[in-house]
Amino acid sequence: MYNDRVIKEFSQPQNAGELKDANAVGQVGNATCGDIMKIFMKISDDGVIEDVSFQTFGCAAAIATSSVATSMIKGKTVEEALKITNAQVVEELGGLPAQKLHCSVLAEEAIKAAVHDYLTNYKASHKA
Amino acid sequence: MDKINRRVYLDHAATTPLDKDVLQAMLPYFSDTFGNANSIHAFGSAAALGVDGARRTIAKLLGAKPTEIYFTSGGTEADNWALKGTAYAKKDKGKHIIVSSVEHAALTASCAQLEKQGFSVTYLPVNAAGLVSPAELSAALRDDTILVSVMLANNEVGTIQPIRELARIAHEKGVLFHTDAVQAVGSIPVNVAELGVDMLSFSAHKFYGPKGVGALYIKSGVKPEKFMIGGHQERTMRGGTTNVPAVVGMAAAMEKAVTHLTENAQKIAALRDRFVQRVENEIEFVRYNGDRENRLPQNANFSFEFIEGESLLLNLDLCGIACSSGSACSSGSLEPSHVLLAMGIEHAVAHGSIRFTFGKDNTQEDVDYTVDKLKETVGKLRAISPLFAEFKQGVQNV
Repeated sequence: MYNDRVIKEFSQPQNAGELKDANAVGQVGNATCGDIMKIFMKISDDGVIEDVSFQTFGCAAAIATSSVATSMIKGKTVEEALKITNAQVVEELGGLPAQKLHCSVLAEEAIKAAVHDYLTNYKASHKA
Repeated sequence: MDKINRRVYLDHAATTPLDKDVLQAMLPYFSDTFGNANSIHAFGSAAALGVDGARRTIAKLLGAKPTEIYFTSGGTEADNWALKGTAYAKKDKGKHIIVSSVEHAALTASCAQLEKQGFSVTYLPVNAAGLVSPAELSAALRDDTILVSVMLANNEVGTIQPIRELARIAHEKGVLFHTDAVQAVGSIPVNVAELGVDMLSFSAHKFYGPKGVGALYIKSGVKPEKFMIGGHQERTMRGGTTNVPAVVGMAAAMEKAVTHLTENAQKIAALRDRFVQRVENEIEFVRYNGDRENRLPQNANFSFEFIEGESLLLNLDLCGIACSSGSACSSGSLEPSHVLLAMGIEHAVAHGSIRFTFGKDNTQEDVDYTVDKLKETVGKLRAISPLFAEFKQGVQNV
């Protein structure tokens, strides 16, 4: 069902866990549907994602997607991170089964939610 | 990836390996005795003898007459036939059917199809252990009810229903009673006379027989519409060239399973009980789903809170352990197991459910290895679960 890359990212996920000094957090999905993805970011004053991590409740595809999506945006600017699409995440994983594509959408949404949190909460409050 | 040295199969409710003696019984019927059992020449007669013997063996083991056994392609076909065949045959009498809310998809999908055709279906609720209440059945019966179907033992949580009582209640109103016994035959004693059912479905590959063969018991005098037409097989009720090796294998497997039922059930239940006890003692936030008493000996079903079943299942698979998940993610839908939801288990918890079904070849080492790996995996997945983090946060704040 899953390719070797997905299994590797799922069984040994990168960037897993809470990021204690995060200044941006985004959470999407819900427990009823069986998928929750939470992304933590530490964003520098000039808008670079210096560190990133995730917590995910979900299937193997959701965990693998979280792992590669967080790796893809590490060291990138916020603008670059916002351009990451679910299709790119899937490509990085070498493909996902059709019924699992929604997991990659969740990753894209979680990144956007975290950046939104940074812009509306952290950055706004630090300007004031 | 680490090389897996150990393989532990704990998915016997999905299917069982073919017993080696059963394979030996089947082999001659693939080549030497290859005739069409419906041909009147010597080749056909030799095959027919095999089929006839198989039918008599199976009938005897079930407490039925040979003429009451109809071979099918498996449990799904038997369920489809019992339900739709009865509905179509009785539609002038009434169009109401009662089933439980924890039936196999072979039943529920057939019900949905019948509903589209103008039949109405009542789904009996179950309690937290998955049991149907006889009082609920009494209350659901109507003048236009033509069939009640409740499974003997549940495929996901192993709960055994009070079929004898349910069948009696249906019969008091003159209503036919079918039971899906696919998970039960070969695991617990099943006798159609004692149960008092009119129809009973079962399948060979659940008791170490071959795949692709099952049967429907239809009590003499009960007449569902024919399901597959175009041949004289099965007394014209189910057309199609008889799968002779499979039918012979089914009988051999059932004979062996029923003969050794008590010893196997005791051994398997002991393994299951050790597993359940260790999991409950050594892993926190687990829920044991199903009835503790009225339960198949091979079944254990747990919800591991704060984690999702598929990721748990696949992690165990990487350790060589095979089990099954009630998670939506394994089926591609967003809804978790309808059985667990019917038992009142919340969605989030139902998503984290795993079924372990033990078999006669499992060992205590298999149990201990599985518990050890399970502990590791559950810990690992909880460590990255936002739900678990939230929960711990909540506990700290109290």
